[in-house]
Amino acid sequence: MNKLKYVLSNVRPYGETPVDVVIENGMIVAIDPAGSVSNVENIDCHDLILLPGFVDLHCHLREPGREESETVLTASRAAAKGGYTAVFAMPNTNPVADNAGVVEQVKRLGEDAGLVDVFPIGAVTINQAGSELAELGAMAESRAQVRIFSDDGHCVSDPLLMRRALEYVKAFNGVIAQHAQDPNLTHNAQMNESELSAKLGLRGWPAVAEESIIARDCLLAEHVESRYHVLHLTTARGAQLVADAKSRGIQVTAEVTPHHLILTQELVKNYDPIFKVNPPLRTQEDVLALQEALASGIIDTVGTDHAPHSDEYKNCEWDQAAFGMLGLETAFSILVKTMIQTNKLTWRQLADRMSAKPAEIAGITNHGQPIEVGAPANLTLIDPVKNWTVKAEQIESKSKNSPYLNMEMPGTVVHTIFKGNFSLKDGKVKK
Amino acid sequence: MKHLLETESLSKSNALLIMDTAEKLSVISDRPIKKLPTLRGRTVVNLFFEDSTRTKISFEAAAKRLSADVLNFTAKGSSVSKGESLKDTALTLKAMGADAIILRHHSSGAAHLLANSDWIDATVINAGDGMHEHPTQALLDAFTIRQYFGNKAGDLAGLKVVIVGDILHSRVARSNIWLLTTLGAKVTVVGPPTLIPANISRWPIKIDYNLDNAIENADVVMMLRVQRERMQAAFFPTVSEYSRRYGLNLDRMNRMSAGGIVLHPGPMNRGIEISSEVADSSRSKIVQQVENGVYVRMAVLYLLLGGGEEL
Repeated sequence: MNKLKYVLSNVRPYGETPVDVVIENGMIVAIDPAGSVSNVENIDCHDLILLPGFVDLHCHLREPGREESETVLTASRAAAKGGYTAVFAMPNTNPVADNAGVVEQVKRLGEDAGLVDVFPIGAVTINQAGSELAELGAMAESRAQVRIFSDDGHCVSDPLLMRRALEYVKAFNGVIAQHAQDPNLTHNAQMNESELSAKLGLRGWPAVAEESIIARDCLLAEHVESRYHVLHLTTARGAQLVADAKSRGIQVTAEVTPHHLILTQELVKNYDPIFKVNPPLRTQEDVLALQEALASGIIDTVGTDHAPHSDEYKNCEWDQAAFGMLGLETAFSILVKTMIQTNKLTWRQLADRMSAKPAEIAGITNHGQPIEVGAPANLTLIDPVKNWTVKAEQIESKSKNSPYLNMEMPGTVVHTIFKGNFSLKDGKVKK
Repeated sequence: MKHLLETESLSKSNALLIMDTAEKLSVISDRPIKKLPTLRGRTVVNLFFEDSTRTKISFEAAAKRLSADVLNFTAKGSSVSKGESLKDTALTLKAMGADAIILRHHSSGAAHLLANSDWIDATVINAGDGMHEHPTQALLDAFTIRQYFGNKAGDLAGLKVVIVGDILHSRVARSNIWLLTTLGAKVTVVGPPTLIPANISRWPIKIDYNLDNAIENADVVMMLRVQRERMQAAFFPTVSEYSRRYGLNLDRMNRMSAGGIVLHPGPMNRGIEISSEVADSSRSKIVQQVENGVYVRMAVLYLLLGGGEEL
């Protein structure tokens, strides 16, 4: 904690009435009428909206093992640029984060970078191979305090193993985050199965491969009374299944990525692997259904699935290319474009989906708290009307595989405050 | 036209131009010296990432009859893990001064990727990309059909064409569906439902799961090669069941229209999708297809590399 004291003057929490927000020792210590606070360092924030720092339950930081595409430090910089104060690192590193040693290493790398809280996600199965449970308890009790477990990239497809995992994590209030994809229905699949996949000669990735796993897992979660989290939901029917499960009281939560809220399968037409992503881009009907589900709260949170890849994995044939795209630095603007400008979400609701809900799912209390006196100063200040353009040379991520290169984005993250310190100030990342 | 990547976007007038040019070029095969000087000093590269002896020698023969210098480049892998990337291969060929690249590749879209890249500015001819397209095969098929059913307009208006077999995985089927319908033919695809792509009800074709129905009065039946590995993946139960339901035998062949012809892109599995009696019958134009392939590919090279002088 730092002793620094300052005021964010004339700032609008959740886009509402301007106030002065005083920060001291990494906490919000006062919220006073606008212009009333003096005698402390003044950060003029008129026209800026104050939100809780964003929390991303789904990103790939690549370290250890794939440092040529991203490191915990470069991803932390990207996160700060995107307004995030907490990110959750998927375990598909090399070695896989399937034991206490690796999750503690990732945790420590996050602390060394010092720009966001990095929370490791533990693998459900050893080496994410889907056959034996990893030491979930050891990861939970480690210094990394793991609560979210996932074999992301791979589906825990064996129903018995999935049942056991859901049951086992109840001992420490864990949650299984599932990459819902029946591997037998998606062998070597390349894009959404559709008329377009037939035309392009790319192996189809049927929606049912995702939906059948979601349906099964909801029933399993109900049976063993445990918590289940659906990662990157992509289909209209999948959202319906989650809605049905919630209405029956099953403890299910769901995530959508920014790209599945805006991009469609039509972009695959030119075989540019920048649009190759897992799960695949779906149809316009799905995109609209996902936006509605996020608006209504059926989908709880937005996870970026930030997936950096160096050039050689993307500048090649479609079926040779790696899955994934960058997300941390553009997520907020995509949400503005798809959800705020369309009046589907208010700023408070956006804060709920981007901060409060993910923090709640992860069981962390130092992020996603309401903006009030006593809350930790993990905050984001955004200019809702300032546009910016995605430029490769300005991307903080080590890789440049953004699908939005050279596109104009609405809404700009101006400052990010992490534990009271500016990790991003005037659009510039600290250090 | 700079590239030939697919038939889906090929206009009818360009398709007819290629076929008409092929017809003119076919005449030189009757000459004692089967060669034109048109592409002298031009370099044509056969870039094959997938084995295909017949397509490769067909393109090679076509290029050589137009006096081009032909380089054959056979690459094994094409991925970061398996060997040299397509990008590095393309940069290498650029440095060697390739004017045209004939690309056969196991990845759908590879020809598009090469043509749209800034790696090389050569003409790209798609010689088969994954499950996507094989445009010169469709052009030679259309050319062959026209030889037997030609009309004054030079197109295939009203002809009943039946394509039989593994439509799902076939680039030949896709290229033929687009080209033959562009030329006015009525196309029916036939195969087990597992081997017909899902969601294609809007395509300008008929779908039939019963060969006996579909073959009635067909002018053209095009048999596709069936791959044994499809059986392992449960697309159909056994080869013999496939053969009984979807193989072309004499009984079925005799229900075609009076002058109906049988095509096959090769290589054939005799006794599986086509019986030997059918393959060797007078209706079978399979050898004619091979000959026509050279003329069509000559025409494509001639037109895309700007042959210049009038034929």
